[in-house]
Amino acid sequence: MIEINSGFIPLTDAAILIVAKEMGFAEEQGIALNLLRETSWANIRDRLAVGQFEVAHCLAPMPIASNLGLTPFSTQLIAPMALGMGGNAVTVSDVIYEKMCGVGYSGQFDASIAGHFFQKVVADVSQNGSQTLKLGVVHPFSAHNFELRYWLSSVGVSPDEDVEIKIIPPMLMADALNAGQIDGFCVGEPWNSLAVSKSFGKVITTKTAIWASSPEKVLAVQSDWAEKNQDALQSLLVALVKAAKWCSAKENFEKLAKIMAADIYLNIPETLVLGALSGSLSSSASINADHTLPFLEFYDNAATFPWQSHALWLYSQMVRWGYLEHSAESAAIAKSSFRPDIYRSALKSTDAIIPSGNSKVEGALKTRTAVGAASNTLYLGPDGFFDDNVFDPDQIDRYILGQSNL
Amino acid sequence: MSSRMPSVVIVDENAARASIIEAGLIAAGHEHVTIINDMTGIVAKITEIAPDVVVIDLQNPNRDMLEDALQLSRAVKRPVAMFVDKSDNEMMQSAIDAGVSAYVIDGLRQDRVKAILDMAVSRFNAFSKLERELEEAKTALENRNVIDQAKRLIMTSRSISEDEAYKLLRKTAMNQNRKIVEVAESLVLSANLLDGGRL
Repeated sequence: MIEINSGFIPLTDAAILIVAKEMGFAEEQGIALNLLRETSWANIRDRLAVGQFEVAHCLAPMPIASNLGLTPFSTQLIAPMALGMGGNAVTVSDVIYEKMCGVGYSGQFDASIAGHFFQKVVADVSQNGSQTLKLGVVHPFSAHNFELRYWLSSVGVSPDEDVEIKIIPPMLMADALNAGQIDGFCVGEPWNSLAVSKSFGKVITTKTAIWASSPEKVLAVQSDWAEKNQDALQSLLVALVKAAKWCSAKENFEKLAKIMAADIYLNIPETLVLGALSGSLSSSASINADHTLPFLEFYDNAATFPWQSHALWLYSQMVRWGYLEHSAESAAIAKSSFRPDIYRSALKSTDAIIPSGNSKVEGALKTRTAVGAASNTLYLGPDGFFDDNVFDPDQIDRYILGQSNL
Repeated sequence: MSSRMPSVVIVDENAARASIIEAGLIAAGHEHVTIINDMTGIVAKITEIAPDVVVIDLQNPNRDMLEDALQLSRAVKRPVAMFVDKSDNEMMQSAIDAGVSAYVIDGLRQDRVKAILDMAVSRFNAFSKLERELEEAKTALENRNVIDQAKRLIMTSRSISEDEAYKLLRKTAMNQNRKIVEVAESLVLSANLLDGGRL
């Protein structure tokens, strides 16, 4: 048995790691997986840095930021696997929701429609001279921050001028909304469901609606450890992909919700976990605006594959919002933070369907499409941005030049 | 860098623990030590104080928020770094084990900072030990109460002495390979159930 210590933050998308332990997938591969719950992403980063964690449940942009030296305790990390796609939502307070309805919104999760009415409310607020709206995200280097900013900017709201974006831990988000510290937030599950169930606010759009098939959490691995323990890492990836397949099967949703709800993991009622799995975060309507894609996907559509185009898009947003200057070297560091080569070699002798490329053009697939894979048929997409902009990782310079940071 | 002692802010929701760190720092000659227990408006408070060092409890979920605020330099208008240079892995390990971390304004002498963190680490550890001992004492007391109750039950129902009742408990525990307190607990629980809670 190889002992591997992994940190996690109480979120529904920690499911793959938790299931790998609880359903015996890790043990089957000779791994004693210890899961340690943490209270902040900074703690996860520090404990990876000093070697107390070999791996961790991690925000997708964090390994990139760490490798680029943008975090206070930067260390070399790699992401050889993604821990699913989607799973976040944008929730606003009832006051804002009613204002949106007042200008014609009627509860659509479509990011263009919700964005259009949200923009009207922001404009009204600024015209009345009222206080700038405050929106919460969990971390500067989070997909939440970048997808929220992308969405706001595309609908004509400057994320730095027209609203204020604040960092708030996920588990405190619902209370912050209720206390009026913020007017809305972008967070992962179960924290939207919690806010909705307590009638603190309503979901207006989702991560999947903003950018379909988009990355959220990754497995972050300490580079040194990965280098010296290649076999152990490969076994862990096999266990985690099996766990992902289990998590993705509808017939396991109830059991999965029960496992996740336990005190040592999320410590919340099962129903709040089940909402994200079945796509019913909101009491009024199903969250699956686009029925070809679930709100949260653990396995299908290559949901665990660490696309380098995802790493590069996240990098392009770090540049866009002023976290660093673009250079070819930095882009190369960002790209190589995600390691599809390790994923591929770990899973080549399993029945997992592996994409044959390392990158794809984000926004090229408008519908679910059969594409080339190392073996078998792989289905991908839709994978577009809601505003129909396309990200071609080979044209990153042009993409960065063309993006506004209004 | 002047010779004055660096000013320190302690961010800890546990008021008792924050106080013992404060006491330690004051004893070591620090004059400017501020405790922040309440997270509301913390960035504004830190801006006002403009400390050289911020010590924070690692269980505080607001660490990401605080780090972001400090890093953007909105709060302190100076660059901020994590305290230890990366080579000092051992120091970092012991700080993490103790459950504390510190942020430092660039330019502060490393030995000064190390002394502050050393102090925080040892006081955090002392506090944890105290809490553990308190918990143990509480458990011991509870266990003794349960065993006393069980003894009384046996004495009444079998009309035997306290000493004999205890021996019976111990023998049962040994036969079942359980702790005495566990056997006592089951007995008290069953008696409660059968007797409607009267003992």
